[in-house]
Amino acid sequence: MKTDIEPISSAAGSPPQVRTRSIGRAGDKIFLGLSRGSGIALLVIMAAIAAFLTYRAAVAISKDEANFLTTFEWNTGSSPMRFGIAVLAYGTVVSSVIAMVIAVPIAVGIALFISHYAPRRLAAPVAYVIDLLAAVPSIVYGLWGALFLVPHLTGLYTWFDDYLGWTGILSYQGGAARSLFTVGILLAIMILPIVTSVSREVFRQVPKMHEEAALALGATRWEVIRMAVLPFGRSGIISASMLGLGRALGETMAVATVLSPNFLIETSLLDPGGGTFAQNIASHFKEAGDGGRDALIASGLVLFVITLLVNGAARMIIARRKEYSGTAA
Amino acid sequence: MSNAVIDKSEAPGRASGPAPLRQARLPRWTPYALLVVSAAAGAGIGTALGMDSAFQWGLIAAVVFVLAGYGLGAVVEGGRQARDRLATSLVWVCFLLAVVPLLSLIWETIDRGRTVLDGYFLSHSMEGVQTILPGGGAYHAIIGTLEQVALAAVIAVPIGLLTAIYLVEYGRGRLAKAVTFFVDVMTGIPSIVAGLFILSFWIIILDFSYSGFAGAMALAILMMPIVVRSTEEMLKLVPDELREASLALGVPKWRTILKVVLPTAIGGITTGVMLAVARIAGESAPIVLLVFGAAGINNNPFEGAQSSLPYYIYEQWQLGNDASFNRAWAAALVLIAFVMILNLVARGIARWKAPKTGR
Repeated sequence: MKTDIEPISSAAGSPPQVRTRSIGRAGDKIFLGLSRGSGIALLVIMAAIAAFLTYRAAVAISKDEANFLTTFEWNTGSSPMRFGIAVLAYGTVVSSVIAMVIAVPIAVGIALFISHYAPRRLAAPVAYVIDLLAAVPSIVYGLWGALFLVPHLTGLYTWFDDYLGWTGILSYQGGAARSLFTVGILLAIMILPIVTSVSREVFRQVPKMHEEAALALGATRWEVIRMAVLPFGRSGIISASMLGLGRALGETMAVATVLSPNFLIETSLLDPGGGTFAQNIASHFKEAGDGGRDALIASGLVLFVITLLVNGAARMIIARRKEYSGTAA
Repeated sequence: MSNAVIDKSEAPGRASGPAPLRQARLPRWTPYALLVVSAAAGAGIGTALGMDSAFQWGLIAAVVFVLAGYGLGAVVEGGRQARDRLATSLVWVCFLLAVVPLLSLIWETIDRGRTVLDGYFLSHSMEGVQTILPGGGAYHAIIGTLEQVALAAVIAVPIGLLTAIYLVEYGRGRLAKAVTFFVDVMTGIPSIVAGLFILSFWIIILDFSYSGFAGAMALAILMMPIVVRSTEEMLKLVPDELREASLALGVPKWRTILKVVLPTAIGGITTGVMLAVARIAGESAPIVLLVFGAAGINNNPFEGAQSSLPYYIYEQWQLGNDASFNRAWAAALVLIAFVMILNLVARGIARWKAPKTGR
């Protein structure tokens, strides 16, 4: 990919009759076959995931008595199954959006801190600590969220209810704070590392000349960032956020431990209820029969398609960036 | 700071007399002094209003710090400098906000986990233990995690390595582009979807039963793209001069890759594989779907239900009593320790065997 080695090897191989050539050729062929085969295997796995999920989902949806997209119900035990993904889609999108709204500004702040603000001796350890956040398993986040975060949020939610309860979406009736908003906060903590590390990489690529030119014109550090760093990094921040969104959409165990689900859409984000695709699969799997499993697979297919689109878009933005920053730098 | 860039807002006021060459600046120790003042203010207001949470005190202190810095800057230094101070303090606050949950999480896990974590916990299973009583352990879960992760690595590492070699050493054209793109997309597959795929393919259609191996296959799907990505990065760091020297000596390409390229990058590749292992060791969603969980010890990953540490934590959390919560925290502590040690060792190897790029 970096340099062209092909001509050298063919030039070395063809003209003189080297004794090891035939072995080398055979070895080369086998090796190329193996490595290309692995690459193809990856593609086959991706295709197989799509194919098998679609097949089982088709089986399930054909048995579904209700509308798959608009039903507020998940009843796979009864003989005509009635299930729909409306509540799950709502909960997944709402919790992920809350997570993004909280996490992206903070993550950009931390990325700026590491790339531009922190004393040099502090920057590397901070980056390392953020990476550690990413290494914590999601079930541990779930445990911490359910047993530590939830009890500690009641105060904040009561405060929200006092001052912002009139909006309707931030009213709170008391009880354990196992709501979509709590899930959003927890997801925000969980996607912080990936958004931070991708934006940090982008900020690091900002041409030094741009920054120095701004400084030489008398700009303050904030003005340098606003005029040189952020415009350069905008597409990077967007794709970083989308990668984070992909994570948040598919997060399972942390949501399953924190949320207290039901099949209603609550107007208030702070009241318990709702559900997400991944959480619903994990919580309903044990009691599901054959039909129920297929129904869960159908909802998993929807999740798969959504994350595929989000991640694909993010990667496309990054790839396009790479091309033009490669020629500009 | 030259006169030409002084903010418009202060130009009229100071127009009389010779224009000063330098703007007034706050002394360098201002942020530190402000920090002390706002900490005191936070504690003071907190006590006055009867708030008992240290976090609320911290929040008040942070707000005081940000506002006071901005106000002071605006009065003494002018708007532009004040905005700069505001941005600086906000960035610091962002950093602190990120550190708070991490510290809290690690503190809680250690604090609650150590109450039951001992030799007994590590060497006994939950077989025959009444779940509402203390006792029992996570031995079966540790065995399950180790076996499933090892199996997943055995499947994923060869495929991942070979794919990375293909992409770096051979990859040109549309196939390589497609593989690169789909590896990226595959990194984003939710773990539960990988679990559902193995469920539909292995358990529903091929009619195998729940086993550790089924879980390992799902973990392998999650592990492959991580291995490909990190190996690819490392192989790209190997200087082309090495490859060219080897090829010029008449060494076939496959031997060049095996004997020259891979050994040069082996440190980084090992790091990548270990980080990938650390990543999948904490996955619980596929395990819930495919391994099914067991209270007793099952050493055979190919037959019958097993447990794993993440699954064990989930199961104990679901039981919902104090004894099981304690076991969940202890298992979380074991899991975090395992993952962190893998991380530390991996990064140690990376630093120790960093490829010499010759630049």
